[in-house]
Amino acid sequence: MGTKGSGLGQVEVVEPKTLWFAPISYPAPASSGKTGLWRTERPVVHLDKCIKCLFCWLYCPEDTILRREDDYVYVDYEYCKGCGICAEVCPTHAIEMVPEVVGEGQ
Amino acid sequence: MTKRALTGNHAVAEAAKLARVKVVAAYPITPQTTIVERLAEMIEKGELEAKMIRVESEHSAMAATLGAAAAGARAFTATSSHGLLYMHEVLWWTAGARIPVVMAVVARAIGPPWNIHVEHSDVMDQRDTGWIISIAQENQEAFDLTLQAFRISEDPRVYLPMIVSLDGFILSHTVAPVDVPPQEDVDAWLPPRRQPYMITPESNVVMGNIANDDEYYMMRFSIQTAMQAAKKVIDEVDVEFGKAFGRRYGGLVECYLCDDADYVMLLAGSWAGDAKKAAEQLREEGIRAGVARVRFIRPWPEEFIRERLVNVKGVIVFDRSISFGSYGQLFTDTAATLYGQTSLRGVIAGLGGVDVKPEDFASEVRDFVSKVEERGRVYEPRRWLLPKKYSKLAEEVVA
Amino acid sequence: MPFRLTDLPRKRYGMPGNAACPGCPETMGLRYVKMALGDKAVLVIPAGCSSVIQGIAPRSGINFPILNIVFASAASAASGMAAAFETMGKDYQVVVWAGDGGTADIGFQALSGAAERNDNIIYICVDNEAYMNTGIQRSGLTPFGAWTTTTWTGKTEKKKPLPFIMIAHGVPYVATATVGYPQDFIDKLRKAASIKGLKYIHLHAPCPVGWRFDPGLTVKVAQLAVQTGAFPLFEYENGKFRLSPYSGMVRDPKRRAPLTEYLKLQGRFQTVLKDPEKLKGLQREIDEMWEWIALLEKGLAPRP
Repeated sequence: MGTKGSGLGQVEVVEPKTLWFAPISYPAPASSGKTGLWRTERPVVHLDKCIKCLFCWLYCPEDTILRREDDYVYVDYEYCKGCGICAEVCPTHAIEMVPEVVGEGQ
Repeated sequence: MTKRALTGNHAVAEAAKLARVKVVAAYPITPQTTIVERLAEMIEKGELEAKMIRVESEHSAMAATLGAAAAGARAFTATSSHGLLYMHEVLWWTAGARIPVVMAVVARAIGPPWNIHVEHSDVMDQRDTGWIISIAQENQEAFDLTLQAFRISEDPRVYLPMIVSLDGFILSHTVAPVDVPPQEDVDAWLPPRRQPYMITPESNVVMGNIANDDEYYMMRFSIQTAMQAAKKVIDEVDVEFGKAFGRRYGGLVECYLCDDADYVMLLAGSWAGDAKKAAEQLREEGIRAGVARVRFIRPWPEEFIRERLVNVKGVIVFDRSISFGSYGQLFTDTAATLYGQTSLRGVIAGLGGVDVKPEDFASEVRDFVSKVEERGRVYEPRRWLLPKKYSKLAEEVVA
Repeated sequence: MPFRLTDLPRKRYGMPGNAACPGCPETMGLRYVKMALGDKAVLVIPAGCSSVIQGIAPRSGINFPILNIVFASAASAASGMAAAFETMGKDYQVVVWAGDGGTADIGFQALSGAAERNDNIIYICVDNEAYMNTGIQRSGLTPFGAWTTTTWTGKTEKKKPLPFIMIAHGVPYVATATVGYPQDFIDKLRKAASIKGLKYIHLHAPCPVGWRFDPGLTVKVAQLAVQTGAFPLFEYENGKFRLSPYSGMVRDPKRRAPLTEYLKLQGRFQTVLKDPEKLKGLQREIDEMWEWIALLEKGLAPRP
């Protein structure tokens, strides 16, 4: 067998040697910017009512309700789009959707 | 050196096998069918270690080939005519993805009406896509080009998919002696597959989501720079191949009797053999004729044309296709490259597989020569070599 | 197989900052795919909402390696990838994530071909019941009577019964699932990943924008679809058919919530609610699905 055996399952990723612009991306946050700016209302978690069922974390489409070490939850407001699913699914109504208001002192 | 009697199609299949392709996805269409049948046979007999995906359409054939190649396998497909048109969208997608892939195209006319004979329209229809496109004259060349295609498309200076085209029936189904080197020799010459990225859980690569317009433009620019680089790679590979296997063709263009020619016929495909015979005949008559056989229509050999054809007395381009409403495609590219620096004639001939004999080429050249000698500078962008029984219409009708 | 949510590692499964609409079921679904298939999966995504959800290069808003592909050939591209990985000895999961168009309409031929060849892929149809990405035009999977931008007075044809069509293909695994019951979906994904051959999962994905409901109600609408019998959950595995628990509970029509509970939350069904003939038509479409289910449960369909 020749040593340059060209197809015995061998394949190598080799960097292109001409000017390279190609339609390649990698998964990363903010592919559409800081989507928290889209919100008209924000979820506020009342931890006193939270029973750590994790439904909000399970159903959030955006991965913006996150689990603490103790499995209570908190919101990533940079990206949360304010859809309100978390508030809807919470069995103890521990999440309140509060209007986003831009103004003095807010 | 073992010479075997092989049809063009079987020669291409042998080359794909020697290149150790790993995935073949193809849909049958006359006159490509025997390429895929032979590959299926080789796989099932254990002569080729590969997977064949018997896809349900050509669009799927190219998509599966691209999928396999993007995942990291050397992938191959083949088609013709309508099948090629059906997968047209995916050709753009594959070239834009910059994934090396090799496809054999058995050139065939496009319907309606149904016609399975040779014409170059199907291949010409792909010239904008970003694929490197080569056209063979003989079965041996179809074999050689197929091997070279893997080497060229997988070169890190190129990373573009490549078409090897061979004329329907004239090459695909005609038996000719083909030198088939042993596997060890091909293994020693053809490097393992290289590609710019693979889509795997390890690489985490995403291919193809929306990009901003500026970046999109630059990606198009990048394809063109690769096309430029490909010219050099094609020449290098031609030389290396010659050293390894004893056959060289001259790179992008095969120049036959054209070094000292006054009048050069420019064309591509198997009928170049007849044009070469015509050139020999014309030489005996005192006309210094030559043939510039374009082996690669993409990248277009502008350097060859600019350097070697600019000072001849006349260039006569034969197209086995036409862009309706305009000119033959080879003519258009030639005229753009020569821009008025020599006498130029474009001839449309051989559509639908209509035979063109050496004498037909020769009489076109003689007529061209007499016009050039009479008027000094001639520019005739669209002449028709119609079938014999309709030839009078060429003079009577404006087309 | 029930599992605890706390069994799932505490990490990000989706990719925040993507271009999906608030309340989008597709991003929900993709998180569940990540929970089930982890780091072994490669996605093939044809034109559709999820193409755009990835946002702008050089970033992508979906947490997977992805081959974006032309509309009609997701299944074939996936077949090619699966064949390549097999020749390379890799046991990655190749997963198609396609919408209605890419599955039932323009992409159907490729899917049918892959099914007939039994190519080793997981094919997920994320069914939001219209061509949402291009602006809510009607698809083969749009239900009878639904408003879309190409059926302003309601669709006059039935929803193409795609899961049953895939069962008729005789592939090793067909399942329906919904973003409303993620654990059921995750179970089915894990099951599919353990089988060789073509696995088809039809994922119901209520779209707030196209179905006209408040984005906070995605889960509620999805669950009501099951509770009213409008979207049955089931599995078909090597010829054996079984209803999933949430739909098993409502096999008897008397135990289902009234269909109107599901319809009244959605703006696209307003004309259906007002027109008894249309309501009957939609109910008929749902009843037909349950007639298929009855036949399959009795084993009255061929087994491969």
